Amino acid sequence: MQHTLRQIFRSGKFVVGFSIFAAILLIVTIYPLLVRESPLTIIGQGTFFPPGIYVSVYDSLTSPRYTLQLDDAAAKRLASRLSDDDRLAMKEWLVGAGLLESEIDTTDTARLLGLWEATYDPAKRIPGLTNAKRNYYVRLDASLDGLLATEGLSLATKDPQTGALIETGQVAQTDYANVSQVANLRVLALGTDNFGRDVLTELVTATGVSLQIGIVAGLVATLIGLTLGLLAGYVGGLVDDVITFVTNLFIVIPSFVLLILISFSIGQEQRGAFTIAVVIGLTGWVWTARAVRAQVISLRNRDHVNLSKLSGHSIFRIIVADILPYIASYVVMALILQISSAILAEAGLSILGLGPRTTDVPTLGQMMNWAFIYQAYILGKWWAYLPALAAIALVSFSMNLMNTGLDQVFNPALRE
Amino acid sequence: MAITKQICLSTSGLTKIFGFGRRQTVAVDHVDLNLYEGEVVSIVGESGSGKTTLAKILLGLINETAGDVFFQGQKRDISSHQKRQEYWRNIQAIFQDPFSSYNIFNKIDSVLLDCINMRGGRGLARAAKVELMREACSFVNLKFEELTNKYPFELSGGQMQRLMIARIFLLKPKILIADEPTSMIDACSRATILDELMKLRDEIKMTIIFITHDIGLAYYVSDQVYIMERGKIVESGSADEVILRPRAAYTQRLISDVPKIHEEWDLSTV
Repeated sequence: MQHTLRQIFRSGKFVVGFSIFAAILLIVTIYPLLVRESPLTIIGQGTFFPPGIYVSVYDSLTSPRYTLQLDDAAAKRLASRLSDDDRLAMKEWLVGAGLLESEIDTTDTARLLGLWEATYDPAKRIPGLTNAKRNYYVRLDASLDGLLATEGLSLATKDPQTGALIETGQVAQTDYANVSQVANLRVLALGTDNFGRDVLTELVTATGVSLQIGIVAGLVATLIGLTLGLLAGYVGGLVDDVITFVTNLFIVIPSFVLLILISFSIGQEQRGAFTIAVVIGLTGWVWTARAVRAQVISLRNRDHVNLSKLSGHSIFRIIVADILPYIASYVVMALILQISSAILAEAGLSILGLGPRTTDVPTLGQMMNWAFIYQAYILGKWWAYLPALAAIALVSFSMNLMNTGLDQVFNPALRE
Repeated sequence: MAITKQICLSTSGLTKIFGFGRRQTVAVDHVDLNLYEGEVVSIVGESGSGKTTLAKILLGLINETAGDVFFQGQKRDISSHQKRQEYWRNIQAIFQDPFSSYNIFNKIDSVLLDCINMRGGRGLARAAKVELMREACSFVNLKFEELTNKYPFELSGGQMQRLMIARIFLLKPKILIADEPTSMIDACSRATILDELMKLRDEIKMTIIFITHDIGLAYYVSDQVYIMERGKIVESGSADEVILRPRAAYTQRLISDVPKIHEEWDLSTV
């Protein structure tokens, strides 16, 4: 036993797979201890906030100020306000207004703005300019106002009686707040989803729930498959015929179609994560049963089984003591594969909207489903679906790697 | 002879057919055996002649297609687990391959303890059980102290097969079926194991059914010899009768195939 374990952990593939899986498990268990917020709390008013550090503007105004004289501050400010598209549009207008194309350099922000201030006139007629485009230039011009200004902004409060504004402070362009001194900031490493939930928290919880579903489904499937396979293989005769018949029936019907039908007929209200897991398990045992049966048939005529029979052991004891240990390594591998395929099955079901009840818990499949419904794919909001995709891929990759590693240890023909 | 020997195990028309229709093979074909108490009986035949199938039917490990097995004059009844257990208290086996005869997950102690339990020693004190195991091991010249808490695969093939004999020593069955017990063992251990088997026979007065492809070995150990060809018994009788004066062509061929160490090889005829 110890020897086998040592051999398993000497297999490179298994160790890599196991490390990834252990890391995922560790994150899934530790993260909820650090972040106690419910994963389904809606924190963002709006959809798909991009990943980043969110600093409270209000609190940064009232936090201690530091004056930093940085040379490139103005250029950076301009650059962030003036996108490449805007620059090209400005160039287009300027050329339309009669300027030479060679004179305009869109990379020189200060010169471009100077030309724009000097020539732009909303009333000027440019040939071929649509109304929408004209309005766009008006808006652009308004947003550029004060961009080259060097003075700061005034802070004012409203007098509750008269409604008059009273200046309470100034913010200079060289004023800086230290992020660590701002009272409120929130790191949204993966932004928010379509409901305004923190994707990272949701992802970690979803991975945990998906793993639980996978493990429950894998255990159910392996247990059913193992029991039926052992019975069919060891007892043989009529029992074998009946079980093989049922197994073949399940093989002919695609299990995913069966899964969809069962899941649909259960109904939205009854579909908890556990129910879905059991349903996945109930449809996924077929191949395990077949493979176990084949292995048991080859084992049941071995001399050690005969010797056990001659020693007067009961069928139950022979199965548990003389058959099971010999197929245990195979069953462990089958269990790992079952878990990983159950996670994929859950994702498949949830994308179709037949996953667990949406108000309960997030699962990886549901995150994909939500991203799908709210068109995150089209809108390019990658943080809504890519992390979930990566989590699914990583979990099943690590499990398959472990499986291959185990296979190499237990199957001498595959040893390198 | 003055003493009338008791028939211990007999069969009539024992047949085993594998498969159906065109693909069927008759492994054992209307075999009639009469085994007397305390005798060593050899069943000799080449590979695939149905010896092992016959042994498994006699042991009750596979069911016969037709025919009957009589144990001590009574038609044997192995229909329930209790009855099988009772039957196996009387008939035991040593298999061909010692390496696959043991469950590699069980320690040697548990193999021997099973035998003690089967002989009704379940209630014995631990010390008494150890004493029984030590006795059985020393019977086959093994040291129990060296075997305890070891796994079967830590022993050599010869040691494993001797442990099998120790097992039989503890079980004290009326009939032992030894299915080529020495074919996987080197020549030195072979003689030891055969001697120990004979010693065991004298000790507990059992019938031994010795299954082998080696007709010389059969002559060396047995009182009665059955020659088996393609499921059929082609010749039977006392060892001297069958081997020294063979009648069937198959027997003559088996005998001529035995390499003779003292004869010079005549290369001119090759």
